[in-house]
This record gives sequence, C-alpha cells and structure tokens, in this order.
Amino acid sequence: MRKTWILLGATSSMARAMSRRLAKEGATLLLCGRDLTDLEASAADARARGAAAAQVHHFDARDPATFAPIIDAARDLDGEVNCAVFVGSMPEQSAIDADPSLIDGVIQDSHTGPATFLTMLAPLIEERGQGTVVGVTSVAGDRGRIGNYVYGSAKAGFATYLSGLRNRLTRAGGHVVTVKPGFVDTAMTWGIEGMFLVASPDDVAKDILKAVEKQRNVIYTPFFWRYIMLIIRHIPEFIFKKMSI
Amino acid sequence: MTWNKISYTGWGRASAASGSVARPERQSTLRRMLADQIAPAFGLRRSYGDVALKSDGSAYDMTRLDRVLGFDPETGIVEVEAGLPIGDLARMFAPNGWIPAVMPGTGFATIGGCIANDVHGKNHHEAGTFGAHVTEITLIRAAGEKRITPKSGALWRATIGGLGQTGVIASAKLQLMRCDGEMMRLKERRIDTLDAFLTAFDESTAPYTVGWIDATATGEALGRGIFEESEIVTGTDDGKEGAKSVPMNAPGWALSAPIVRLFNAAYFRQVPAEGRTSVKPISKVLFPLDKIHDWNKLYGKRGFYQFQCVVPPEAVETLRAMLEKIGHSHLASPLAVLKKTGAAGSGYLSFPMMGYTLAVDFPNRDGARELIVELTDMAREAGGRIYFAKDGVARADQIEGMYPDQDKWAKAVATADPDGALTTDLVTRLNLREMSDA
Repeated sequence: MRKTWILLGATSSMARAMSRRLAKEGATLLLCGRDLTDLEASAADARARGAAAAQVHHFDARDPATFAPIIDAARDLDGEVNCAVFVGSMPEQSAIDADPSLIDGVIQDSHTGPATFLTMLAPLIEERGQGTVVGVTSVAGDRGRIGNYVYGSAKAGFATYLSGLRNRLTRAGGHVVTVKPGFVDTAMTWGIEGMFLVASPDDVAKDILKAVEKQRNVIYTPFFWRYIMLIIRHIPEFIFKKMSI
Repeated sequence: MTWNKISYTGWGRASAASGSVARPERQSTLRRMLADQIAPAFGLRRSYGDVALKSDGSAYDMTRLDRVLGFDPETGIVEVEAGLPIGDLARMFAPNGWIPAVMPGTGFATIGGCIANDVHGKNHHEAGTFGAHVTEITLIRAAGEKRITPKSGALWRATIGGLGQTGVIASAKLQLMRCDGEMMRLKERRIDTLDAFLTAFDESTAPYTVGWIDATATGEALGRGIFEESEIVTGTDDGKEGAKSVPMNAPGWALSAPIVRLFNAAYFRQVPAEGRTSVKPISKVLFPLDKIHDWNKLYGKRGFYQFQCVVPPEAVETLRAMLEKIGHSHLASPLAVLKKTGAAGSGYLSFPMMGYTLAVDFPNRDGARELIVELTDMAREAGGRIYFAKDGVARADQIEGMYPDQDKWAKAVATADPDGALTTDLVTRLNLREMSDA
C-alpha cells in the first residue's frame, strides 16, 4: 500500500535518518523545513535510496501560512498519510535569561507551531481512516531543570497536546506515537559537555519506526531513558529544587 | 557547539591527535565555517596512520555530509557529498545495475577519502585507481569554491591522491560502472610459494584478483597463501545488515606470534587443496573485514601499523627479502596482502604503479616501527614507494624521490593553500609540501 510521510524539520539529523529508512521501504516523502537547498539534497538522497517520490516544501513553525500547502500536497496523494515532527529549538538558557522575548520563539518552534500544523492535518487522517503521527518531544519535558526549562516546558506542552491528539485520532483509526529521546548525537549536542549514553540519529529512527509498527503510545529512546526519567520524576521537589542535573 | 575539543586516531590507533573538530551537517554550514576558518577535512578515518589527523589544530569531520545529490541513469554519473561511505554507494546502486568502478578493501572509506588517497581495489590491473572514474570535484579553499574536472590540469592532478591539500572536497561526481548483479563468483586456491603467486597473477584473466599471504611463513613455505579471483555475476543480495562488533580492546596476547602462526596455518588449510568456488555478495568479497565492526580493537589499546609498498615488476627479490624479514620478525599479523598492480594513477601523488604491492599489518609492539623503517628503505632502493594512506612511521628523508612528481604537487598545493592551513600530521612529518631546490 502507498505510504506518504510528511517530515517536519527534515533538515535535522534524526529526520534524515528516518527519511533514509522510509526511502528504503519505498515511501513517498514530503520533506519540510526552512533550508530548501539542503532539503533538495536530502530529497535526491531519498530517491537514490528507493523513495517512490520525494518532495520539498517550505515549512516554518513560526509562519502558519506555510502549513496549508503541505497538507494540500499530502491530500493529492492516495493512501496512508503519516507525519513525523522533528522541529524544536533550544537556545541557551542564559541567552533566554538575558532576552526573555526569545521564549515566544521556543514555544512556537517546539509546541504551538507543530500543534497548529497537526490540528490542520488531523481531518485528513480521520478522512482516510489511517495514518500515524510521530511527535518527537524530549526527556527535558518530563521535569523542569535549571539548564533548559523553557525548552522543557515547550516540549511538555507538546507532549500533552500529543496525548490529546492520540485520544482523538484513535477513534478514527489513526495513531500517535510520542517519542522522548535522551541524548542524541546531533548538531545540537555536538561538543556539549556532560553527555553520556549518546544514541546515534539512526538508532533513534530505528526505534521510532519500530514504535510506529507496533503502535506504541509513548517511547523513550534509547529505552533505558524510561528508567532514568522514572527516577528523576520521583525525586521529591524539596530535594530536586536544590539539585543541578 | 560548533567546535568540539576531542582526541581522535586513524584506523591503526597507534597515533592520535587532539584538536578542535567541527562536524557540519549542511553544505551551507560547511561553506560558512570554511569562510571563517580553512582547515583539513577527514571522513571515517579508515586510513591507518596520521594522514587524516591534525594535532593541535582544527579539522572538519565530513561524516554527516553523506548524501547522494543526483544520479543520471542514462550516463551512470552520480553526484555525492564527500562523507558518503563507498560501501553505501555500492549497496544503493548495485540493484539497479551500477557500481563504483573502483572500491578499496573497506566499504567504510568515504568518497572524499577515496579521492584524497586515490585508492585502488582488487581490480586495479583493469580499472586503474579511483581518480580515473571521478569526473568533477567541488573544492572549497580560502579563495572560495571551485569546481574542477580532469581538464583542470595541475590542480586536478594535485587533488587526485593529493591528501586533501588543495582544498576541502565538498562533493564529487563519479562515473559508475555497469554491473550484472549484486553477487560475485569467487575462486580460491592455495599457492605454495612466492614465485607460484606471481605466476598466478600473470596467468589470471579475472577482473578482481588478490592474494592473501601467510606472512609468518619462512624458508620453503615463504610466500605461501591463497589466491582469490572473482568477477561480478547476476543475482541479488538478500543478506541482512547484521554485523558483529568487537566490544573492547583485545589483550596483548590475542595476536601474539604463536597464535598468529596457528591461525595462519589453519586459514591456509581452510581452502581445500583442489581449490573452491563460491558465489557471495559483492560486499562480502570486496570488504571481507567490514562484517566485524571495530576490528582494529583486536590489536589492543596500543593499536597497530600497516606497511604497504609497491615495487616495480622486476623487484621480485626485494619482495622475497621483505617476506623473509617479516617472517623472522615474529611481528606479522594474519593480515598480509599481495597484489599485482597496473598502470599508475593520474595524481601526482597517486600510490600505485606497475608492479606488485604488499601490505602487512603489525601490532604496535617493540620492533614494529624499526621493521617498517627498514622495509620502507627496501622499497625505496628497489625503485618503489610507500602508501601514505597507510603510513604512520616513515621519516621525511626516507621518502625523498619515491614520488617523482612530488615537486609538481607541492607547487600546485602552494598555490591552492598558500598559508598551509590544510596541512595534516603526515604532511608535516614527511615534509611533503617542501619543494626541492632542483
């Protein structure tokens, strides 16, 4: 059966890894992001690796006018429409402290932008009676920490949105997978100190596609982050507030 | 974070570099960063010594720039980013009847590395070196971006096999070769002596040939080994991705002399006396060691060296003397390879030339460096040369004259990179960019 995947934030290394795996399965890809030149390169790569087709679309989480053309393009294709969201931004917390107006952008990139897009896409999934949404959030959304709590709060908001969307789409035959990666070896984390148990983008992509196939609801990737976060979530607040982790 | 302070090594892990490394994920990022800071680039660091290392400096890790940028099914010309592993390229296109015309002994070598070292493969006698199948290279230098082709003269010849000294290779176009399928028919037979080996190479008509040599053998058995001839045949590779990996550094005795001798004797006898023929996926025949990830850890934490030289066809006695010396050193590992090479490549510093190439791994133990220094002198005296992609030991004075076009190369490099921003540890150690007064 024909499968279409919309990848939002397709220039990210996790999206690239996922695009390669989907290409190998012969999917049609809609690669969406801001750097169209880079996306054209990824689209050519996807075609060489077996994608049925690969399109490039301008997508800016802060510009909702870019959303409808992507959904229209997906509507023009038969079969199952799926979407994976890799967008998000994480300025240094110190930069945010110096300029609180940055917060709006972080929330738009990581939460309200993709949530608006998915709300516009949901009717198409319901109409077709099938399709999976993958929302990549973060373990940072499980508990606010001094180092990145604005980013964490945006991801937490997005995770709650995904939970509601799952509740909605399940009724129509759709599904939503919430993905919480730990440390992943991407451009965002290159050279940051204190990283441990770092996963490769391809490890994450592999986990995501397995979760899609098995219709999992919430996954941590690599899996052991579920247990790390279980512990972190259970540290009493009166202790947690004094910790720097 | 853009620059990451790390320590890194070549495949042999015997020498390391500490420095700042950036790993751009987009061509635009690479260009923006290079405009700010020109520095050498490396890929998956499958070269053995220090050719891809830059101590106390900056370097670009190209491994995230690993995409196919375009393919013309009419001509078979593919454009790729420099960080793409050649094995990925082979796996992607072989099902459609195309394959890289030249592939080295590992599929993990990146296209940028294949160009910068002008690699050769088991079909060197038929297909020449990698550079012969490159049709265009996009170089980024302090002076900006430049697309070069075989018609670009000195700059092209200084770039093919040029150790990355003419600019950072951002992408390239390659002429792929037609292939009938994804499988190879492999014929293996035992060879008892060095002379029999040379005859086998002379008589073979197979497109891909290579000899595994038992480098621990001496006396009567000197030069014994297994001769492999193969050709691409029809069929599809339905094998799975599965590869094993070496989880940790092996202890020092793992590749000690008695164990290597036992292993080699068993390996020699696993091929029946009457020989055998099998059909295997291309990658299994051309990249036999790739199925064990991180096999370099088998040499323990001190790592290993590889010596590889090529000598002219008449220097058979030098080969014999080298094998004698290696056999008596008790330092040889199971990995020793002999191949008859064809015509020289087009690069000023292209390694292969008409004759025989011998490659042997040595664990980094006492005496290994001294032995490699001696072997290097023997190669030079015989009119041969050593391979920079493998070397981590030679002295600058030892390689003088090995590469007759070195001055032409140095001149083109001086123009392309006047400030010496692209030098690497090997280039410094061997003083390669110095022009002789002549």
